[in-house]
Amino acid sequence: MLAWFQFDILGVNSLLARGKVTSRDNQERGHLAPAPESFLGADLVDEIHTSGVNAARRRLLKGALATATAAAIPQVAATDDADILTLPSWSRSLGKPVVTTPYGQPSPFEAAVIKRQSPGLTQTNQASVAFTPLQSLFGMITPSGLHFERHHQGWVDIDPTRHRLMINGLVDTPLVFTMADLLRLPSVSRIHFLECGANTGLEWGNVAVPTVQYTHGMLSASEFTGVPVSLLLERAGYDRQRARFLLAEGADGSGMTRTINLDAALDDAIVAYGQNGEMLRPENGYPLRLVVPGVQGVSWVKWLRRLEVGDQPWGTKDETSHYVDLMPDGTHRQYSAIQEAKSVITSPSGGQTLLTPGYYCVTGLAWSGRGTVSKVEVSTDGGQNWRAARIDGPMLPKALTRFNFDWVWTGEEAFLQSRVTDTTGYTQPTRNQLVAQRGTRSIYHNNAIQTWRVAADGAVHNVQLG
Amino acid sequence: MSSWASAWRLGFVLLATLSTVEASTLPPGVEGIGRLASDAEIAAWDIDVRPDFLGLPAGSGDVWQGEEIWLAQCASCHGDFGDANHIFAPLVLGNITEEDIAQGRVAALQNPAITRTTLMKVPTLSTLWDYIYRAMPWNAPKSLTPDEVYALLAYILNLGYVVEDDFVLSDANIRLVQQRMPNRNGMTRDHGLWSVSGSPDVLGHTCLSDCVVDTAVTSSLPAYAMNAHGNLAEQSRSWGPYPGQWTAAPLAQNEAVSAATLTIPTQQLTTAGCTACHQMTGLLVGPSFHDIRGRYVGSEHAAYLQNRITQGGSGVWGELPMPAMPDVGADALQDIIAWLISGELDKKGSEG
Repeated sequence: MLAWFQFDILGVNSLLARGKVTSRDNQERGHLAPAPESFLGADLVDEIHTSGVNAARRRLLKGALATATAAAIPQVAATDDADILTLPSWSRSLGKPVVTTPYGQPSPFEAAVIKRQSPGLTQTNQASVAFTPLQSLFGMITPSGLHFERHHQGWVDIDPTRHRLMINGLVDTPLVFTMADLLRLPSVSRIHFLECGANTGLEWGNVAVPTVQYTHGMLSASEFTGVPVSLLLERAGYDRQRARFLLAEGADGSGMTRTINLDAALDDAIVAYGQNGEMLRPENGYPLRLVVPGVQGVSWVKWLRRLEVGDQPWGTKDETSHYVDLMPDGTHRQYSAIQEAKSVITSPSGGQTLLTPGYYCVTGLAWSGRGTVSKVEVSTDGGQNWRAARIDGPMLPKALTRFNFDWVWTGEEAFLQSRVTDTTGYTQPTRNQLVAQRGTRSIYHNNAIQTWRVAADGAVHNVQLG
Repeated sequence: MSSWASAWRLGFVLLATLSTVEASTLPPGVEGIGRLASDAEIAAWDIDVRPDFLGLPAGSGDVWQGEEIWLAQCASCHGDFGDANHIFAPLVLGNITEEDIAQGRVAALQNPAITRTTLMKVPTLSTLWDYIYRAMPWNAPKSLTPDEVYALLAYILNLGYVVEDDFVLSDANIRLVQQRMPNRNGMTRDHGLWSVSGSPDVLGHTCLSDCVVDTAVTSSLPAYAMNAHGNLAEQSRSWGPYPGQWTAAPLAQNEAVSAATLTIPTQQLTTAGCTACHQMTGLLVGPSFHDIRGRYVGSEHAAYLQNRITQGGSGVWGELPMPAMPDVGADALQDIIAWLISGELDKKGSEG
């Protein structure tokens, strides 16, 4: 609750044209119980406003909070809301014309909702990661501009008129397609999640990062549009007797290559050019990427230039040196591709703060690379008791599923967890279960149950239990 | 009618059986989209090399040629001996034994204290050939000739004691060298993650109530690390029900710092041990405070600098690592960082 005041003072919200924190903020935030500033003296509010929070002011705040939370009944604000009584400028002026921004932009008040790097995670910005801000997103689709980025040798801007897709290997007819060719072919649009195999990999040994953006933010979901791989392979006449594997190769400097399970490719893989109704973003592979539903992101080769049909796997760099899972006996699991069922509460989550006790709609995401989410359960006591969460929206195979959970926070310490079960009957394991089997050094495929500790002061922290 | 249909169906099945081409399910006309790839086009793009060396171009190169190319094009990132870690993980560190090479299993992979290198992990020589040829050097991929790749690979293998100093690697002997790859037997496909129908190795609990679990917190972020990712207050929607926690220095203190005349926090720098490696001007073990302050002007660098001081690091100013300094007190850290980012150069402190 303390951070709220300080954040306002920082001036990030100056566009809100709030002179200072006043009682009306309470109403804007929609809490049933008054937010702290409603029951704080004007002197204390001013003091915090100008000088920040110190230990003495923190004690005063806590005292006021305890008094105020005794009565969680909707109240009329102590003073009438100036934002209601005095019409704001936007209600008394002519608005901006159309196409002021020919490609629309988010509100300037959403400036905090951006992709971010984890400092020190990588030492180059080309072989690096930018994480999706899951803590601030809704629903089951990730806005294209907030889709996480993982590149191995930087991203490139490709001229679509000079881009080609080649299909060769064990085929009757090796083929070349232009982008225009591909856009003429029968297309499908499918909603799927895309998760890096190393998502949550920082957390194998211990808690390493503070927020869900960094623990789980190598996760996004989009509606992808493109041509089924099965159609292209049939067009080329692939060798049904010998073909077992598919090599996907990128046109970027890294020439990213990954071996794809041919059965999976024929089942539901797509050579995609569309993402959420528009063309792919350059960082996500414009003009063409492979979509391999349920399989880790590294196999969704971006800037796709070639598919080769073969009878053996290729053992590429990212199948031998990286994206191999080290087991305690020194053996690496190779060609570990599937993203098993996983879920996470996205808010409230680590680094956030609950301002008051009372009702919260705990919300999160669940997904499975083997099928469809069948149920999600939530615990608020660290896994001792579980209740079903409410699934919101469609439950699609290999897609993100949004869940919500009604919770009344009493103001006492709580441990929030979510747990998904998919249509194969598989239930998401605890971290301890995974570690017992795989140790802590496998980097990839950490689908453990996440725990958020809600402290009595409302601060939410990333923790591991037991 | 039905007999006609049956006869037609029988004929169709016979036709399909006799034909080498199975019945197409493509919509009519689709076969006209896309064109035949020429041999030259396929040769230009199909550069992959498989573990059985299918696709390997002919050529050769020796260790000494490799060293020359290495020093010119690779060493700045990977170090002269492939052991640097300032940009990428080390390629070779000497953690491979003759026994490993004999067994094809690198024993050091069982030891968490030993840094994992590329040569400790990669089972297949084809991988290294393929990757260097397609993606290296870092800023000029696909600029090396096959002979240069053979030479570079000979040099790397020599660093790992896989081949002798006078070795000449070629398409003729590469299969023999594969038989000495230190971790050639170190991979397994015996797991359920290749196929969507694979079996999971770990199953979660399904207990719903009064489950017996240990709810003791075994790991959480220490207070000093809370702003290693910057001020979390700026990383959640600013006006929502879940404002982010303020993890940067308290604002009042920042304002006071910027308003006051900054002095060099000599006492803090000395007590914290900074001056053992850093001096005001000129390189000592680490960069000078003057240079550090010149590079990191502004409060946006505060979290980064705190992270660097408390966690240590290397590669920003040189390869020599800076050790983690976790014991710098919070107040001293605050003073030191405020001074480092202040941009006010060289106001004299108590040391004159």
